[in-house]
Amino acid sequence: MSASSKLLRRPVNDSVIKELVERAKAVRCNVVKMIARAGSGHPGGSLSIVDLLTALYFARLNHRPKDPHWTDRDRVILSKGHAAPTLYAILGECGYFPKTELLKLRKLGSMLQGHPDMMRTPGVEMSTGSLGQGISVAVGMALAGKLDKKSYRVYTFLGDGELQEGQVWEAAMAGAHYALDNLCAVIDFNGLQIDGRVQEIMNPEPIPRKWEAFGWAVKEVNGHDFKEIVAAYDWAAGIKGKPAAVVAHTIKGKGVSFMESKAHWHGVAPSAEEARRALMELGEG
Amino acid sequence: MAVERAIRDGYGEALLELGKRNRNVLVLDADLAESTRSSLFARAFPERFFNTGVAEQNMVNMAVGLALCGKIVFASSFAIFATGRCWEQLRNSLAATRANVKIVASHGGITVGADGFSHQCVEDISLIRTIPFFTVIIPCDWLEAKKAVLAAAELKGPVYIRTSRPKSPQLTEEGTPFIIGKSCPLREGKEVTIVACGLMVAKALDAARALAGEGIEASVVNMHTIKPLDVAAVVHAARTTGAIVTAEEHTVIGGLGSAVAEVVAVQCPVPIEMVGIRDKFGQSGEPDELLRKYGLTAEEIYKAAKRALSRKRG
Ligand SMILES: Cc1ncc(C[n+]2csc(CCOP(=O)(O)OP(=O)(O)O)c2C)c(N)n1
Ligand SMILES: [Mg+2]
Repeated sequence: MSASSKLLRRPVNDSVIKELVERAKAVRCNVVKMIARAGSGHPGGSLSIVDLLTALYFARLNHRPKDPHWTDRDRVILSKGHAAPTLYAILGECGYFPKTELLKLRKLGSMLQGHPDMMRTPGVEMSTGSLGQGISVAVGMALAGKLDKKSYRVYTFLGDGELQEGQVWEAAMAGAHYALDNLCAVIDFNGLQIDGRVQEIMNPEPIPRKWEAFGWAVKEVNGHDFKEIVAAYDWAAGIKGKPAAVVAHTIKGKGVSFMESKAHWHGVAPSAEEARRALMELGEG
Repeated sequence: MAVERAIRDGYGEALLELGKRNRNVLVLDADLAESTRSSLFARAFPERFFNTGVAEQNMVNMAVGLALCGKIVFASSFAIFATGRCWEQLRNSLAATRANVKIVASHGGITVGADGFSHQCVEDISLIRTIPFFTVIIPCDWLEAKKAVLAAAELKGPVYIRTSRPKSPQLTEEGTPFIIGKSCPLREGKEVTIVACGLMVAKALDAARALAGEGIEASVVNMHTIKPLDVAAVVHAARTTGAIVTAEEHTVIGGLGSAVAEVVAVQCPVPIEMVGIRDKFGQSGEPDELLRKYGLTAEEIYKAAKRALSRKRG
């Protein structure tokens, strides 16, 4: 058995959970520091997706940070590209680049752009930022995997507001049409977008039933419960003949009390003082 | 009588060759496979053809995903949908990642005919040439289209090729060289240069013959690649003839004429006259009727050459 498939099978026992909790905490702290230092960015949607991405990268993803172009790697596309700080913090943690890069987020010449740019950042699989496009690219990559009889999996992460983009549903149709059971879409269902509550602005509900109707296998999870999240990735990997959608119930701004469930914190950087308070709450003061 | 074939036929033929040559070539279409001629590939290589349905934005991004996994991907639709509807996908997902995707769009220009303005794309050059890393090609006949498609397959990165719907005369020969970014001089003259692309190349040659009848010798350049533009050829034309006429089946805003003018204005200012669509939508009609209605004729090129000459002489 290869090292990677051992990792895939690693049971989620208490020590794994403990490790994930520690990792997620470090990621959240870095996200806060990075956005505060940059003076702009998207803390709300970055924090809501930390546990989903942390669980994937540190418990299930088959990848080689020292060989980012390894052809058999699993692919991750952050369709909701504005959560880039979380992806960067995790890629840095994995060793794709030195963590000293993190505090250069959004600065001129930095490898860490405001939204993911695969031409600049090792480990970034696809350039995103324009909502609704990443999932279609994921469909293409999953189809390529099928054509080449590869066993890699493709994961893509979407926001609930992003589901308002028509292209998402074009991609959903295509994923089911080509029976892409190597594809897993994770929806960060935090209930908020920029201008307010998703349900009030343009209601995407019922989200699970929509994906089902489009021909996907669907599972709802608590997006902050590592046991449930990892179980969902394993469930998705076992689905045959159709793609899998994990609808993750999350809290926007999760982990920083004054940011939680507030649309205001979608795209505002914390001041130095706010960042200090946030880091204290997160256990790093 | 010269051979007449639709420019889009060249795409279908080239795809057949590519399909045989390279197993990595995939073709996508958005429910217009017969019209774009990707259907030839679909019938020969069904396992490498994907009809993505009437969903062009998803098609473009699927093509990007496939290309980033090592495939050479051709994706087709009508020019208006492939460029207009998908512009931001072409920019943010395709060009930004330099993915190896070729957009080959048929039904460029107003010679689409009876379908009317909604299907007549006269803005594609302008739309695509503003995107970094895109190569833009408008072949002048079916044979050049075939060569352009084969050449595009060899070039790594995003390429846009416009093809046309109606039959048109074959102007090039099997042996005519085709190099992306290198224009083809078709006629040498001393007084004015006509720079044309696509179906307007034939009209440019007609205009040059009419001018020659009056003793005015015009150069004619087939500028099949709009981007990267053959800057040396444009500068040479300006320096040696001192007057330029551009001719395109496209709006004069941002197209071939603009691309040529951008070079001439900066490097060697000489009078330029532009033949093209003057900020208008098309309408239903026969291709030839429409070409006349919108001033895309040899006669208009001839008149433009006369204007350019009189400005040159002051
Ligand atoms: C095509 C497009 N339109 C608009 C935006 C601007 N924008 C960035 S984030 C966002 C709201 C997204 O909401 P959601 O998907 O729920 O993200 P999350 O709550 O996870 O941050 C918008 C409209 C964009 N990035 N892309
Ligand atoms: Mg949201």
